[in-house]
Amino acid sequence: MIDSRSIVFANVSKFYREVLGVNRVDLEIPPGITGLVGPNGSGKSTLMNLMTGLLQPTQGEIRLKGYEPAQSEKVFRMLGYCTQYDSFPSGATGYRFIHSFLRVHGFTRSEAETMAWEALGKVGLQDAADRRIAGYSKGMRQRIKLGQAIAHNPQILILDEPLNGLDPMARAEVIDLFRELATQEKHVIVSSHILHELDLIADRVVMLTSGYVVAEGEIHGVREEMREVPMQIAVRCSDPSLLASRIFLEDHAVEARLHEDGLGMHLRTRDSDKFFLLMNKIVAEDGMEVESVAPADDDVHSVYQLLIGNDGGTAS
Amino acid sequence: MSMAGAGSASPQQGAQWGLWKRQVAGLLRMEVGKYLFSKRAFVLYFLAFLPIFLFVLWALQPLFQNEMPGIGEGGRFYAGMYQTLMLRLVIFFGCIITFTNLFRGELLDHTLHYYFLCPIRREVLVAGKFIAGQIACWIVFSASVAISFFLAYFPYGQQGIEFFTQGPGLGHLLAYIGVIILACAGYGAVFLLVGLLGRNPILPAAAVFLWETINPFLPALLQKISVIHYLDSLCPVRLTGGNFRIVTDPAPAWLSVPGLIVMMLIVLGLAALKLRRTEISYGGD
Repeated sequence: MIDSRSIVFANVSKFYREVLGVNRVDLEIPPGITGLVGPNGSGKSTLMNLMTGLLQPTQGEIRLKGYEPAQSEKVFRMLGYCTQYDSFPSGATGYRFIHSFLRVHGFTRSEAETMAWEALGKVGLQDAADRRIAGYSKGMRQRIKLGQAIAHNPQILILDEPLNGLDPMARAEVIDLFRELATQEKHVIVSSHILHELDLIADRVVMLTSGYVVAEGEIHGVREEMREVPMQIAVRCSDPSLLASRIFLEDHAVEARLHEDGLGMHLRTRDSDKFFLLMNKIVAEDGMEVESVAPADDDVHSVYQLLIGNDGGTAS
Repeated sequence: MSMAGAGSASPQQGAQWGLWKRQVAGLLRMEVGKYLFSKRAFVLYFLAFLPIFLFVLWALQPLFQNEMPGIGEGGRFYAGMYQTLMLRLVIFFGCIITFTNLFRGELLDHTLHYYFLCPIRREVLVAGKFIAGQIACWIVFSASVAISFFLAYFPYGQQGIEFFTQGPGLGHLLAYIGVIILACAGYGAVFLLVGLLGRNPILPAAAVFLWETINPFLPALLQKISVIHYLDSLCPVRLTGGNFRIVTDPAPAWLSVPGLIVMMLIVLGLAALKLRRTEISYGGD
């Protein structure tokens, strides 16, 4: 039974002749912000292009809220796609670009006019609306693409590297916009190579490498699934030496590093549940005071490094 | 930045035809200007200028010669130029430039995805872009035909004016423009499909050019499998001369006009089918 609220990939593969794009992808993406993470050539854009029907799967099925991507008249009323391509119709101004494609959607002149100005307002380009896109900065071009993708108020928004070229201010505004969309039960699917930003905005991630989905889900859940990889935990407490000496009496501890100020430690354990039990015992029996305990490697960047083994900051 | 409203926006509901009409109108607004004023359009203007240049020289003849050929001879000269230079070169290559690039040009410019991401049937997209290309070609080539036609009769002074006001001049001009419209429709559809079929349209376009060029020298039956045979048949002044030319009966207008339109519709249907299966990958992931 296909969930009519979700985006569903069922055993989807895409080959470019003999070259693998993505292989046997099974995914169900619920509303909210989903981050697509992977190095160059991992298949992120292929996955996005498959979702939007720009590519057709070699095998398998894709459904967007129950519709096939080929049902263009239904699908593209509810889908907006901001691609990675930095290209625009020649000679177009920002306003004309958005307005013209709204007319192709079938909106009347006045509807398209209102919606185009709204979209320009959302991406902060009303003042530059009558200038040619060819004269825009990279950040402005990125924003006008985003404006075009959201102009018809889509339920599903797919964004390929949408933060590229944006200055910190615009970046923060765009991230706020994504969050606002996600609160409206919309799908926002974002690929980004800036993993710490993805970590801040994404409700869940899909990690890809060499055309395969290696992990998917809520990021903390993904980390917990990786039981064979020791978990790193940061503890700030009154007696880290005592804690370190006690955990090495147990078989799950791998490594412990005391902080320079002597008021905390980073440790790696194969069984976080056992560690937390032990720590509770020390607190109860020895009166150790604990200021904070937090997993130190269950953010997107760390999970990416653990799974894909690259520097998360440069992945794309 | 803010986002208002939770549901996707839909255009005013109405009959399907109404929606398609609005979508085609939206495409025409965007495309016609592009085909008339883009860099690629310079070739179109250059081609359209060729017959005008030729007939400017013709119109200047009285300055250099005492005697002009008779007006009937002038009409046959225009007909010859029209059927060889205009139809076989200017219109033919103009249609190659315009129609092979309707979709291929967008692919080369990395802008085709904007069209594919609109809620528009691919058939309607083909129709919209095709009509936009037609309008651009009609404007440019009809102007070229009209200007060169007037220039052809300009040296005849009063006799030339009477040819238009009292003779068949205006009818001939309208017929020539009508043939231009049908030529753009026939060749336009063929080259739109050619532009969708392969990476390089030059070879198939060259094959079509060869076939259309050797058409008058082919057996009567084979002559009928072409666009040019029906266009020639519709011209108001028929040329029969030429060495090695196999003269066949002209196709009647009741067959030529609907025949070209049906052929155009079939080829456009094939183009729409091809476009439905077209994927976009500009390269790189």
